[in-house]
Amino acid sequence: MSKKTPELNSASSADIAFLLLSYFLMTTTMNQDSGLQRRLPPIPDEKQEVQDQKVNRRNIIIVRINSADRLFAGNEPMDVSFLKDKVKEFLVNPNNDPDLPERSPKVIEGFGTYNVSKGIISLQNDRGTSYKAYIEVQNELVKAVNELRDEFAKAHFGKAYLSLSTDQQRIVREAIPQNISEAEPKDVSNN
Amino acid sequence: MAKFGGKGDKKSVPGLTTASMSDIVFMLLFFFMVTTSMRETENKVMVNLPEATEVAKLERKDLTSYINIGSPIASLQRMYGTDARIQLNDSFKTVDEIRDFIAAERDAMSEVDRQYMTVSIRADADVRMGIITDVKQELRRCSALKIMYAARKPAE
Repeated sequence: MSKKTPELNSASSADIAFLLLSYFLMTTTMNQDSGLQRRLPPIPDEKQEVQDQKVNRRNIIIVRINSADRLFAGNEPMDVSFLKDKVKEFLVNPNNDPDLPERSPKVIEGFGTYNVSKGIISLQNDRGTSYKAYIEVQNELVKAVNELRDEFAKAHFGKAYLSLSTDQQRIVREAIPQNISEAEPKDVSNN
Repeated sequence: MAKFGGKGDKKSVPGLTTASMSDIVFMLLFFFMVTTSMRETENKVMVNLPEATEVAKLERKDLTSYINIGSPIASLQRMYGTDARIQLNDSFKTVDEIRDFIAAERDAMSEVDRQYMTVSIRADADVRMGIITDVKQELRRCSALKIMYAARKPAE
């Protein structure tokens, strides 16, 4: 065994790897998909009678955005920055105001009974509303609910909502539901 | 070079070992392969996503269908104008064609996964709600109820 095996020239292997690297850099994307998740209501059956449409007046807050991107919450014009607090007050109803939504006790599995707010946020928009304004308002609504969930989680579990276990998160979700209804399209341009 | 006793003149500079360079590059390569995903469709509409702070990450990318809404990219504006349009897969479509698109996407999924199907609406911030409402109504009619309004987190 006097003869040595000739060494492989590895100088060009770096070039080859660089080639591969640049190929992957060109063809792939890095963007993470993120967004606001929603569940649309199913289309009501035509034969089915309209029965559960009647929601108590006090349990509903109508958030409207007109074609000029102006916001109305509960029939008063409002800036987007105040919407979150308005919605939070609406959902919590701290002083048992008869104009704000009622709370009814509900048994939550693994937690006990809790007075769950019956409030529903109804979001209406015009065909001329810009998507940006719409998302901005949606974001504020979600933020209001998220903050309430966080407060609930801190009060009962001592942790932020996102760091709770799946089961605890379910309890919080049931205690503070996200009832945002995206109403049937309808023209609100006449204001 | 008198300091080093004149020896340095004769000694050649040792060559850089390139053997480990490929390892480093391969490491980079694997990093990019793992963190990125393949680009599937070519964008034909300009989408500048609106900003939102409360965004949630999408868990299953493979169960998501994308609907892009925006005005056509500059090179296509001569042909299609600047009006907002809907892009499904690789071509411009009308609202009525969403039904077929959803049906095709559904067929491509396994039976178990169908209920988790999400439709991601990637719309430009300047689009009017009219077209999005139409899309939403059509999605409701196809009972693709799980949707997501794509948005990006504002830079802090």
